[in-house]
Amino acid sequence: MTLWVAVLAAGVLAYLVKLGGYLVPERVLEVPWVDRVVPLLTVALLSSLVITQGFLTDGTPTVDARAAGIGMAVVALLLRAPFLVVVALAALTAALVRLWT
Amino acid sequence: MTGGTAAVPQEPAWWRTPAAREGLAVGLVGLYGVSAGALGVAAGLSVWQTVVTSLLIFSGGSQFALYGVIGAGGGALAAVATSTLLGLRNGFYGLELSRLLRPGRRLVPLGAHLTIDESTAVALAQDTPAQSRIGFWTTGVALFVVWQTTTVLGALAGEAMGDPRDYGLDAAAAAAFVALVWPRLFGRGADGRTGAMATAALAMTLTLVCAPFVPTGVEVLVGACAALLVGLRDRRRGTPTDLRPVTRDVSPHPGGPSARDRRAGGRAEV
Repeated sequence: MTLWVAVLAAGVLAYLVKLGGYLVPERVLEVPWVDRVVPLLTVALLSSLVITQGFLTDGTPTVDARAAGIGMAVVALLLRAPFLVVVALAALTAALVRLWT
Repeated sequence: MTGGTAAVPQEPAWWRTPAAREGLAVGLVGLYGVSAGALGVAAGLSVWQTVVTSLLIFSGGSQFALYGVIGAGGGALAAVATSTLLGLRNGFYGLELSRLLRPGRRLVPLGAHLTIDESTAVALAQDTPAQSRIGFWTTGVALFVVWQTTTVLGALAGEAMGDPRDYGLDAAAAAAFVALVWPRLFGRGADGRTGAMATAALAMTLTLVCAPFVPTGVEVLVGACAALLVGLRDRRRGTPTDLRPVTRDVSPHPGGPSARDRRAGGRAEV
């Protein structure tokens, strides 16, 4: 039930944000510091999520098979692999590390 | 239309234009909806819930954020907040696109939903507003169709899998975020964004340091404060702003100068 609320709330908010860009008068959004912070906000959130997903277990910093997967992802990105390949290689690497340890 | 580079006797049909071809090619990026589907189910959502997030949110980063926080055991509020904050950039794309595309009143509700990194990037890369319109709609519609289809496939496959950890899907979720942030740090056009690296480093540090002391999911919001700290510092130094999307796999005019490059040049003077 809570999950449905989260799914619907996130969906409605995502749409309202998009729609707001078209409907809200320009001057409201053109606060000087806002257009500086928003792109950085994207970077900050994505970077934080790397930590949450890759290096935390119930709030405790952890290094496990996921770290190996992330290492592989970085290598794949350096070799300019497409998104799906990066993600699949990370999964495969973590799965293999778990199998062998 | 005031092109004038070549005397074309008649306009080619829209689907024959370079903008449409670019749009369809970029629409294939939507294949990674398969990972959205699989990761949604791995995070504990049902197949239906996962499919509905793809239909309603339709923005990869925001969906992965929702799945990530829920999957890590975070509360619904933190999950929704993270997902929504990550989607704020789409609002700014809308601001830019409403000036460029001048969509009719009836098209706005639909166009708004299709306003994401990829459709914005293709629209901004075109030379004329007419081409921008073709690029935007082709990319948006193609990506939407591919994204929804592959989400369903990914969710069904994820459900059939059993323990997602055995398949390394938790690492796949982390890798998805690495792949999403990567072009914003190292991609084309990212060099103008001084502060991105500092923001990333500060965000990761804040997240690691505060994680043991705050409820799961809140550490991401603490990390987000890095954007405020770095952004407000840079503003005092007068660093130019830049809200253009940075996406992978979108390189419309290799070599030649594009509307995008000209815009970038114009921006630098601001």
